[in-house]
Amino acid sequence: MNMSTNPALAAMLGEIASGAIRVIDLTNILSSDFPVIVLPSEFGQCEPFRMETVSRYDGNGPAWYWNNISMNEHTGTHFDAPAHWITGRDIPNGTVDAIPAEDFIHPAVVIDIADEAAADDDFIVTRGFLEEWEKQNGPIPARHWVLLRSDWSKRVGTLSYLNLKDDGAHSPGPDADAMRFLVHDRDCIGLGVETVGTDAGQASLFDEPLPAHSILHGNGRFGLQCLTNLDQLPVFGSVIVATPLKIKGGSGSPLRVIALAPDKD
Amino acid sequence: MTERSPREKRDPLARKKARHVSPATRSRAMHAMSARAAQGRFVLQVCTDCDKATYPPRDACPYCWGELVWQDRPNGAEILCETVIRTSTDLYFRDHLPWRMGKVALDAGPVALVHLHQDLGVNDRAAVRLMLDRGGNAALFALPPTGEIDMTDPQLREFTVPVVGKTVLVSDASSAIGLAVVKALHDAGAGLIVAGMLPPERLTDQKHPILNLDGVQPVPLDIVDQVSLSEALSKVGGPLDIVINTARHVRGGGVSEQANIVEQRRAFDVSAIGFTRLAQACAPMLAGRSHGAFVDLISSDALAGATDNAAFAAAEAARLSLLQSFRHEMRAAGVRVLSVFTGPVEDEHHQPVPPPKVAPARLAAAIVDALHQGREQSCVGDVASDAMARWLSDPMLYAREKNL
Amino acid sequence: MSRTPAPYDDVAVCAPVTAPYVRFSPESAHWWAGKVLRQLAQDTGFGPADIDGFCFASFSAGPDTAVGLTQHLGLTPRWLDHLPTGGASGVMALRRAARAVQCGDAEIVVCLAADTNQIDSFRHSLANFSRFSQDAVYPYGFGGPNATFALITDAYMRAFGVTREDFGKLCVAQRANAMSNPLALQRRPLSLEAYLAARPIADPVHLFDCVMPCAGAEAFIVTTPEIAKARGLAAASVLATIERHNAFPEDPVQLRAGWAMDIDQFWASAGISPADVDSLQVYDDYPVIVAMQLADLGFCKQEDVADFIRSTSFAIDGDLPLNTNGGQLSAGQAGAAGGFQNMTEGLRQILRQPLGDQVPDAEISVVSGFGLVNYDRGICTGAAALRAMK
Repeated sequence: MNMSTNPALAAMLGEIASGAIRVIDLTNILSSDFPVIVLPSEFGQCEPFRMETVSRYDGNGPAWYWNNISMNEHTGTHFDAPAHWITGRDIPNGTVDAIPAEDFIHPAVVIDIADEAAADDDFIVTRGFLEEWEKQNGPIPARHWVLLRSDWSKRVGTLSYLNLKDDGAHSPGPDADAMRFLVHDRDCIGLGVETVGTDAGQASLFDEPLPAHSILHGNGRFGLQCLTNLDQLPVFGSVIVATPLKIKGGSGSPLRVIALAPDKD
Repeated sequence: MTERSPREKRDPLARKKARHVSPATRSRAMHAMSARAAQGRFVLQVCTDCDKATYPPRDACPYCWGELVWQDRPNGAEILCETVIRTSTDLYFRDHLPWRMGKVALDAGPVALVHLHQDLGVNDRAAVRLMLDRGGNAALFALPPTGEIDMTDPQLREFTVPVVGKTVLVSDASSAIGLAVVKALHDAGAGLIVAGMLPPERLTDQKHPILNLDGVQPVPLDIVDQVSLSEALSKVGGPLDIVINTARHVRGGGVSEQANIVEQRRAFDVSAIGFTRLAQACAPMLAGRSHGAFVDLISSDALAGATDNAAFAAAEAARLSLLQSFRHEMRAAGVRVLSVFTGPVEDEHHQPVPPPKVAPARLAAAIVDALHQGREQSCVGDVASDAMARWLSDPMLYAREKNL
Repeated sequence: MSRTPAPYDDVAVCAPVTAPYVRFSPESAHWWAGKVLRQLAQDTGFGPADIDGFCFASFSAGPDTAVGLTQHLGLTPRWLDHLPTGGASGVMALRRAARAVQCGDAEIVVCLAADTNQIDSFRHSLANFSRFSQDAVYPYGFGGPNATFALITDAYMRAFGVTREDFGKLCVAQRANAMSNPLALQRRPLSLEAYLAARPIADPVHLFDCVMPCAGAEAFIVTTPEIAKARGLAAASVLATIERHNAFPEDPVQLRAGWAMDIDQFWASAGISPADVDSLQVYDDYPVIVAMQLADLGFCKQEDVADFIRSTSFAIDGDLPLNTNGGQLSAGQAGAAGGFQNMTEGLRQILRQPLGDQVPDAEISVVSGFGLVNYDRGICTGAAALRAMK
């Protein structure tokens, strides 16, 4: 009965219980058929999630069920830490075990690019697009997760999620100017996307290749990938809780990402 | 061959027909004959002193007590007498009565009891082939010496693996080898070819001409993943007759130099553990079939290591070891486990390797031929044939010279 | 050959006994041995303590051999032999026991064959019959001896123009001879029509070309003439014997067997000719082997065997009384005892103690044994000529 002495926390718990604050799961189910990013064949690949049952109330363990699991740090809904990219290799506290815990809770702004992505698999989010968005919706606040709602998560389970063609993957993402704007002008915490990578599918061919990873992590910012249910979030006002596993020296990890958002009405 | 043979239909309520294998106990000398029959050779024991050939297999020359060695011999013969067996206490042969057999005088010298092809009779000339019966033991089969042999002869069918109308799973059909195998199976008249496609799927795969052939059903399949395997097999709606394991992970690298542990682990995951997963998942399905077979494509690097492809060679060696055990396990069910050895293949994984290399189409043809002949071990291409010959004659020397 | 075999002076063969055959028996070969020994005891008054020589043949006594049987049956012999030679065992037992008695190594030798027959006996005995059969015969259809002798019969018919009717005559004659044998398992009259119409087993072998496996036992005693006389036992003397194994290995098919190698010496040693034979008891696993023995023992030339069969009566009162108890083809084949039943019948006829009808004025019997099939032919052969002792 000894509730938190902080009234804000107590109020939060009460509002969660009453439904005034919704808890929304932004995480995809982690299974072996959840697709992972594909790199050119000469490089090491991202292992999909694998699960091997050790025992299931049977001869190998009569009263218990448990599994051995294996995956890459960037399998399924996952968190990218600054150390993941070469530009971020010297960022202090750049690995998942070293990120201060307070960085796991931040507010989020949701930018809707669903129509644009539906019309163009390779839609590029430019600085111009973001500035136009601000004109319509208001400025992107500082120290926020910037979440790109592309409705790409609705493609999970189909070929068009990875959308691989002969020349590689085709999915939306930002260009370098957009990233510099978000990082330097808007001081974002990080970029969250519904696709397998913060960068566009064809981003390795940009003039400034792979700008999301390069600029985010080079500036100590984070990435969240394979998110879902972004269409349930308000444009402003939700709080993201994203806690990667505390892997020693880890570059990222699969995780459970939830949003606390005010009730829709 | 464009006529699709219909897949087998039968009454689902009728109890499934039990498959038997005749008693498989043989002497050690007979096993030595079977080991050579597995390679497709016709051999007899020949005395090192008096040069006479002898049969049945034994442990001393009956003419002079000299030492006997196995040698390739001409396989012509004349049929002396015959019978049609109409009753038997053996469950396997009871299922296949009446059974015609006879006695031949081999050109090589001895007389032998043989299975008789339907087109042969007393006083005919014959070509005697050494083939493996359903229990995996060598037996002599007298065939017409010239002209095209009628492969539908019901007794001969017991020694081979028919492809027409059968359901075949190709474990990795997304590679150049796999696609060639799918095409070859299609051309040979397979009823349904389940083409395992390694994830991730690409949009362009859906339009691939081979994968769109009549009777080809692509399914996602990565044999290192238990769930993927179970789901792929669940899509085989009916019986599964033949599994062709084309899965492999070819990456260069050494042991203490240029080793890549991630690639080595994947190689073992595919060649060894994946093999076990695939065998375990498919064995019960194959065991119930009248002519179940598992064909494994394996590198001749499995024999003695390979300096530039150490991880791949090691994984293939593990595969070879598992094959021996698997083959023995499947004997009781009459399921043939065939090995097709190959050297470097003319594909994207062997770009730095100089010729001779085997074209995927040739490899695919060899696989189909191995099935049609019921041949347990085949070597495709000069590299594999050379490797096998050297390894058999002097394994320690071969291991040394292969890794210089 | 540098020495001629010595004659069988001072040897008496007596006390033929048969334990009546049954088709299937739950009992062991040991039990059947005991049964025929009980009968032997009744007929002769000999008990375990009297027996100082023992010779044993069986397919179903495993894991025991003659050794196990001695302790099992309470014997303490000073001469022991085990004969795994099937249909030739009777003649071979006689030869060995006779020499032992002749040279004083033993005085009262029991020669015994016993076999049980259970539902799966046939299948089991096939599976473990011989290394060559396992490697190079049964994988070819698992037809058992029926297939092996079918091949021999096929070749024999082609080589010598012998027809199914000729073989049929032999089987019909033996069945007629069996009619008076109270112990024969098959005594329904057999006509040539029924023989020809019977179902095929392995072409050209048909149902009535095959013996019926059963359980049973046979025995006889080899002793000195003095002991036989003292016990009041009618006895026969041994005129001559031969034995030959794996003869003519270069013959592609077995159209002749071991007797042909030594038959001249046989008749010379015996001092008689085929015309002197009153009863001929040959080994009859298949009629082709009966025909083979007619030729190889010298009753006709090999190329004339068809004519000989056609022109000879084999009835008990015929030209050449043949297998007068019906042979195995009518009496049944009790395993290794099949190689003894011709010996006991040959003895009975000349000792004037027939089971059924008596061959008139029988003085001389010739008994011939054959077996085993190791690969594609019968390996063991033997023959003995016996004359009743006065």
